Amino acid sequence: MNLHEYQSKELFAEYGIPVPKGFPAETAAAAVAAAEQLGGDLWVVKAQVHAGGRGKAGGVKLARSAEEVRQYTTDMLGTQLVTHQSGPEGLPVNIVYIEEGSEIERELYLSMLIDRDVSQVSFIASAAGGMDIEQVAVASPEQIFTVAISPDAGLQPYQARQLAFGLELNKTQSRQFAGLIQNLYRLFEECDASLVEVNPLIINGAGDVIALDGKINIDDNALFRQKRLAEMRDPTQEDEKEREAAEHDLSYVSLDGNIACMVNGAGLAMATMDLIKLHGGEPANFLDVGGGATSERVSNAFKLILSNKNVAAILVNIFGGIVRCDLIAEGIIDAVKEVGVSVPVVVRLEGTNVDKGRALLADSGLDIISAENLTDAAVKAVAAAAK
Amino acid sequence: MSILVNKNSKIVCQGITGNQGSFHTEQCIEYGTNVVAGVTPGRGGETHLGVPVYDTMRAAVAETGADVSMIYVPAPFAADAILEAADSGVDLIVCITEGIPVLDMVKVKSAMRSNDCRLIGPNCPGIITPGECKIGIMPGFIHQKGRIGVISRSGTLTYEAVYQTTQNGLGQTTCVGIGGDPVRGMNFIDCLELFEADPETDGIVMVGEIGGTDEEAAAEFIQSEVSKPVVAYIAGVTAPPGKRMGHAGAIIAGGKGTAEDKFKALDAAGAATVRSPAQLGCKMLELLGG
Repeated sequence: MNLHEYQSKELFAEYGIPVPKGFPAETAAAAVAAAEQLGGDLWVVKAQVHAGGRGKAGGVKLARSAEEVRQYTTDMLGTQLVTHQSGPEGLPVNIVYIEEGSEIERELYLSMLIDRDVSQVSFIASAAGGMDIEQVAVASPEQIFTVAISPDAGLQPYQARQLAFGLELNKTQSRQFAGLIQNLYRLFEECDASLVEVNPLIINGAGDVIALDGKINIDDNALFRQKRLAEMRDPTQEDEKEREAAEHDLSYVSLDGNIACMVNGAGLAMATMDLIKLHGGEPANFLDVGGGATSERVSNAFKLILSNKNVAAILVNIFGGIVRCDLIAEGIIDAVKEVGVSVPVVVRLEGTNVDKGRALLADSGLDIISAENLTDAAVKAVAAAAK
Repeated sequence: MSILVNKNSKIVCQGITGNQGSFHTEQCIEYGTNVVAGVTPGRGGETHLGVPVYDTMRAAVAETGADVSMIYVPAPFAADAILEAADSGVDLIVCITEGIPVLDMVKVKSAMRSNDCRLIGPNCPGIITPGECKIGIMPGFIHQKGRIGVISRSGTLTYEAVYQTTQNGLGQTTCVGIGGDPVRGMNFIDCLELFEADPETDGIVMVGEIGGTDEEAAAEFIQSEVSKPVVAYIAGVTAPPGKRMGHAGAIIAGGKGTAEDKFKALDAAGAATVRSPAQLGCKMLELLGG
C-alpha cells in the first residue's frame, strides 16, 4: 500500500527524521493559509499522487507569493497528473502539499528495501540524488552504495559510516546521517514498510541533512497489524477495477488487450496471459480467482471482466485440484446467465471431475466454446476475439 | 528415490484443528501420508482425524518422533509457528500459509541460519513424493510415481507440469512448491542440488515467474553443477513492470526480475526453455529420448 508524500513526511517527523515544514491542503484557500502559517517567501506546491516523476509533469512548482501558491494549487487540484510512472490516464490530484522552500546544496539518494538476494533489509545510497536512480545503477554502478542489515545485530555504526563516506559527507553531516538512518530503520521495522525512498535527501544551505521527498510503501501482508497506516489508504490513487477486485477476493491487473482471462492461481494466470500473446492475441487482464472459486466469485469475476468494453473474448482456464470442475462449470453457467455475456467464452477445465464439468458446459445450451488443452484454449480464444 | 520426504516421513500438522488444517490433513491422510501428530496450543490431549493433538511442537516431536511439520496456521501467527517448529527438532518445515508479513520472514530466515532444519514456503502448495507422501494442498491424483523432479514457485501452474509428465508416462520423483513469496525457505538451487544427487530423478522441470533473481542464480548453478536435463518455463512475459501479479513475490522492481531476463539466463546456461507451459512435458520427454 502506497502512502502520499505528505503522509510519509508526517511519519518521518514522528520518527525524528528532519523534513521541511509543510501542510497538506485540499483547497486553494487552505493552501494559502498553509503558506501564511509557514511564513517566509518561498514555498513549494506539490501535487500529491502515488507516482514519481511529478516535477517533470508540472506537479511540483516553486511559488514566491501567496498569489502564486493559490494559482498553482488551483491549476493542480481536480486535474489528472500524467507522469512517466502514472500510466497514460494519470492520477487525480485531490491534495497538494505546501512546503517551505529549501536551499539545496547537494542532492543525494537514499532508500530502503528488502534485498531478496540476501533476505535482509538494505539501505541504498548514492551521491547522484534527484535523478533517475535506475539510470545511475546502469551507467555508473560504482556510485551506488548498499548495506544489508542483520535482523539480529541491527544497523551498525560501521554501516552508517560506510554509507556516509560513500556519500562524501562531512563530519557533522555524517553524524546527522547516522542518526537519520537509525530512525529510518526503526520506522521501516515498526511500520512494516516494504520500501522507503528519499529522493532527494539534501544537504541544505545550512549544511544540514534533510529529507526533501518521501515515499513509503507498506507491506500489504502486514496491514492487519498496521491499522493506523491502513486508514491512510487513498483509493482515488488506485486502479478502480483492481480495488473492486480485491474487495471480492479477486486479484486483478488491467492490461491493454482484448482477450480477458479468468484463471485459478497467479502463476497459471500469468502463464495464460503469456499463452494468449504467444498465439497472436493480446491479453486484456490478469485475473486470479483463487482457490475455492464459488459461483458468486466467478460471477463477480465475469462482471469485472466485462466492465472493460474492449473485451472481445473471454478465456476461462481452471485447473481444479481441491476445487471441482463440475462446481466451476455450474458457476460459469450461472454467471453467464446472470450477467448476460455477449462475447465468446472459451472454457478450458482440467482436474477433479473434469468430465462432469465438460458435460455440464456442453449441455448448458449456452454458447460456450470448450477447449481440450492449454494450446487449444489459447488458439480458440484468439480466433474468437478476431471475429 | 525422491528428495526430502518419503513413505517413512512422520508428519505433524501445526494448525490441525483449524478449517484449512483439518481439511487438508484429512486429504493427506487419505493419500497415505503418515500423519502422526497435530499441534494446536490449548487443544493438547484431544484426538483429531484419528491423530493425537499436542499443545506444543516439542511435546509432539518428543512423543511421536515426527520429523516433518506442515503448517496451516493463519498469517499473523505463522512465523511464530515456523520458529517453534525449527526449535523442536524436525528436519523439514512446510509452510502453506499465504500472507505472512515480509519482515516476519526476514527474521525467520535469519533465525534459521544456524539450524539444519529446512523450510519450504511460505505461500506454497507443499511437497509431494507421489505414491508415498503428500504434504500440502496439491491434488494427489494428478501425480504419478516416476522420474522427473519438479520445482516451482506456483501452485496450479505446477499442476500443469505434473499432469503433462503423468500423461506422457514420465511421472515424478518429488514435486517441490517453493512458493510465491519474496523471502522464502528453499530456493531453486537448493532443490536442484538435491535432485542432481537423487539416483531416481532423471530430469528436472523448473517453473519460475517474474520477480527476484532466484531463477538467474539457478541458471548459473545449472551451468556448473547440474548434469541432468532441465526444462524451464517462466510465467509473466506479459506482466507490466511495477505491478504485483498475485504472488507477493511476483513483481518486476527496479528493472530486475523480468521473465525475459530469466529466459535469457536459463538459455545461456544450457537449460531447455519452453515459451509455452503446454510444452513442459513433451520437451522433457524429447530430452530423455522418449
